[in-house]
Amino acid sequence: MKPARFEYHAPTSVDEAVQLLGSLAAEDGRILAGGQSLVPTMAFRLAKPGHLIDINAIATLGQIGSKDGALEIGACVRHAAFHRPVVAGPLGQLMSTVVRHIAHYPIRQRGTFCGSLAHADPASEWCLVAVTLGAQMIALSTRGARTIAAEDYFTGIMTTALAEDELLSQVRIPLLAPDTRFGFREFSRRAGDYAIAMALVTFRLDGGTIVEPRVGIGGAEANPRRIPEAEAALVGKPAELTTFRAAAEIAAEVVEPMEDMQADAIYRRDLVRAMTRRALEQAAQ
Amino acid sequence: MTIAQPHAGWVGRSIRRVEDPTLIAGAGRFTADLPATYRVRFVRSERAAGRISKIHVPDGATAITATDLAGVKPIRPMLHKFDYVPIGQPILARDHVRFVGEPIAAVVAPSDAEAEDIAEAIEVAMEDQAAVIDARTALAAEAPRVHAEVAGNLIVKGAVETPGFADARARADSIVRLELRSRRQNAMPLEPRGGHAAFDAGSGRVTLTCSTQMPHLTRTAITDLLGMPESDLRVVAPDVGGGFGQKMSLATEYVLLVWLARKLRSSVAWHEDRRENLIAAFHSRDQFIEIEGAFDSNGKLLALAADVIANVGAYSCFPTTCAVEPLMAMAELPGPYDVRAYRCAARGVLTNTCPMAPYRGVSRPVITFALERLMDRAALEFGLEPSEIRRRNLIETFPYVSATGLTFDEASYRQTLEMAVAALDLPAFRARQQQARARGRYLGIGFSAFSERTGYGTPAFAARGMEIIPGFETIDLSMGPSGLVEARIGASPHGQGLRTTLAQIIADEIGVPPDRIRVIHGDTDRTPYGFGTFASRSAVIAGGASLLAARKVRSKLIKIASLLLEAAPDDIVLDGGAAKVAGTDRSIAIEALARAAYHQVHRFKGEIEPGIAASATYDPAGTFANACHVAIVEVDPETGQVRIENFIAAEDAGRLINPMIVDGQIQGGIAQGIGNALLEEIVYDQTGNILTTTLADFLPPTAHEIPPIELHHLETVSDASVTRAKGVGEGGAIGAPAAVINAINDALAPFGAEINEIPATPRRIRAAIHAARKPAEQRA
Repeated sequence: MKPARFEYHAPTSVDEAVQLLGSLAAEDGRILAGGQSLVPTMAFRLAKPGHLIDINAIATLGQIGSKDGALEIGACVRHAAFHRPVVAGPLGQLMSTVVRHIAHYPIRQRGTFCGSLAHADPASEWCLVAVTLGAQMIALSTRGARTIAAEDYFTGIMTTALAEDELLSQVRIPLLAPDTRFGFREFSRRAGDYAIAMALVTFRLDGGTIVEPRVGIGGAEANPRRIPEAEAALVGKPAELTTFRAAAEIAAEVVEPMEDMQADAIYRRDLVRAMTRRALEQAAQ
Repeated sequence: MTIAQPHAGWVGRSIRRVEDPTLIAGAGRFTADLPATYRVRFVRSERAAGRISKIHVPDGATAITATDLAGVKPIRPMLHKFDYVPIGQPILARDHVRFVGEPIAAVVAPSDAEAEDIAEAIEVAMEDQAAVIDARTALAAEAPRVHAEVAGNLIVKGAVETPGFADARARADSIVRLELRSRRQNAMPLEPRGGHAAFDAGSGRVTLTCSTQMPHLTRTAITDLLGMPESDLRVVAPDVGGGFGQKMSLATEYVLLVWLARKLRSSVAWHEDRRENLIAAFHSRDQFIEIEGAFDSNGKLLALAADVIANVGAYSCFPTTCAVEPLMAMAELPGPYDVRAYRCAARGVLTNTCPMAPYRGVSRPVITFALERLMDRAALEFGLEPSEIRRRNLIETFPYVSATGLTFDEASYRQTLEMAVAALDLPAFRARQQQARARGRYLGIGFSAFSERTGYGTPAFAARGMEIIPGFETIDLSMGPSGLVEARIGASPHGQGLRTTLAQIIADEIGVPPDRIRVIHGDTDRTPYGFGTFASRSAVIAGGASLLAARKVRSKLIKIASLLLEAAPDDIVLDGGAAKVAGTDRSIAIEALARAAYHQVHRFKGEIEPGIAASATYDPAGTFANACHVAIVEVDPETGQVRIENFIAAEDAGRLINPMIVDGQIQGGIAQGIGNALLEEIVYDQTGNILTTTLADFLPPTAHEIPPIELHHLETVSDASVTRAKGVGEGGAIGAPAAVINAINDALAPFGAEINEIPATPRRIRAAIHAARKPAEQRA
């Protein structure tokens, strides 16, 4: 299959990009960053954008760094940037662990962090990271900039709170306290495939008991989300297998699994249980 | 059993493939490299069954439909046995569509993008009709008929029962029964199908360049359908990026390309994309098998019975017909085991799905899976090691005439089993398995012993009752005045390294190195009529023809040398590029013999014909290669994920002409077999819509999923092959699924769970564990 006809634009500044998007959004103008999801979708003609606004020539969007206690990731930062820790401390370690699960090496050279968040595939690892760690999304349009909290951002399968004329210019992730432990486990059919279920957990230990646990589940529901019931089962408990099993059981019970060719609800719950427990065990090690 | 001895010549050496430098440097020439004036895009059915009421083509667009093809015959493959009901497949759907993906119209435009736009704008109005997708459902009396003329959708039906079957079965101490399911697969060659047809105004001929495994039969078929002289069509198979059987059946699209090139008096090209390939290129392996083994108290198989249902899709493939899967299953199901009492019913069933065609192994991956599962289940009941029950049942004396009348030539079923057992150290594995279970980890071992019928000629194909009986291969071998050798073959290699292999065979006979021998293939203008490359036949049959032709050239060279050197023919030795008189220092370069044969014929005084050329044809009865595969896996009981730790194949393909190429064939086949066992599955929904249309849904294995593969060889010498080489193209794919599934079942034993379905996906394995609900799960 070959893509339908479209017009290509290559702005060189954020302002220009936002102006273009503002004027072309009504004609299904779309932002092109890494193109690793959009372009195949266009090749199948499942997406037929009238205009592509290529932001790769905008140097400022390629920036990444920490500021005011948060990691700031620009719209053109590639997955591959996270192969090595981008900040000192657990957040950089966490992201360099997770990134290895995103597709394959060549795709990671091209695909972008913000592109994954804008695309909002249920199986996106970065979406799970964003929602579990409480990221903030910076959306720009001709109407100005606004900040969207992760819990308000995801609205369904591949849909987000971004308006059609808004450019996701940056994502901010709060840095993690130095003693934060994390665990990530993902199940997919083959290395690099979309996750059928995955779990990202973080917590700190205070005298052997669990403090500030976060349990995020992805790939199982329409959007990744934190599981407060599982987190409640961890707070103040000893970091041991019985605790982890109980929390994992709760996560498996409370998720409302999608059903598809790869997994029915029963199987997805099995995977959520296994991934959650294993992520917790990994964090405790 | 005689084992081949080391050989001093080119045969037996792992020389580098002559094919590779071109391919590695990106200098290969594939169908899609040719420029074309027009591009073709097919509008395909989105319904599994329906009646076309109207096709609306936008103004100014060119789109060919069935009404334009009034004089073109439908493809109508024929079989003269087994109650086969002939059915026709129109080149473009005429009135009815019968599967999602069936071509309805062909859009012609100057570029792919324009053709795509037009194809998208074409509207096909259709009345939906009831579709039937599942083969067992299709057999029911009330099921919709895919073709009106085929009652009960039963297009072919084979049955065999050996005399005394019931008595043998009655003597059994134990009867073991299994139901098995093989899901549908796509062979998925790296290069999808594609064709380019160019009309030559000067000669009035068309050249069809296409990604095919059988150029000569493609030419015969297309000229028959279009009613044109065979000589007006040239078919070229350039570099072909894999076939695995998918490219040995006639594509309707190629017929249309030739028709279009003649109509437009121009060049047209169509290149299938992956989505189209997954939807509309041929599928395979969609079978249900019920198998029953009757064993005596020692675990000896006394009687074997099976019921095979093969879902053959909506049409019958040319040239083999859709009977190829069910009939192959029936003929070869007893495999490498000595069993005299056999009963089998095999049915081919039409459904509203993509047509079935041969795929590497044709049925044998499925029947081996069934039979080897039966052996493992029986071993469990008898408390025997899987290796031991096989030991008690494998054929050991040759020639062996099977219950279905196949003659098994000299082979090494028992020896390859012992070789594999020794290589993996079975007792050590069992100890490790026990220790792992205690730690909540589940390892399993799986055996698969099988025979691989290869290199069979016309007698074997004739037994199937096919209208078109493939089998022989011819080679035209010549040495030009400069001493370079050309070997023109009807076989059509597409990745097998056959140019290298044949050059090695020829080199040993005529005393020139392989790099002085050019093998020419894949062009009906330049090669003798032959059937192509499929069914593990080319090394045996084209190789045999090469040997026979090379012997004729050798004797001619000796004759010339004897005359020029004034020595007796018996004293002449061809070696190292020269003819030498044994025991003397007299010699003459082979180039000088070649020159003389063309330019100094007067010296022959009429005793020797000018030139150096010979042809030979080889049409053998066939020879059975064999192997024993062993997989060692770890199953994660919580997720159902399978990791293959190690894979061992002890294999016997007779004399190895180029061991490196043989290893490559086996490794590639095993990789495909592992994909079949664990990953690959074409899925239709109940309405006949296909759900696996991209490589995000249809999952071939990647390098991550393929374990180290350890190969061991035996080289049994068999008189059934003139080169003593047996075929080896399909064995890897035949044996691997059974080994992997048996290993999974061995790993699942503590749960009491069993899986008899391929692919054994994580979800299915997990479901099997749920179904068994043994206490071991709580320990996980």
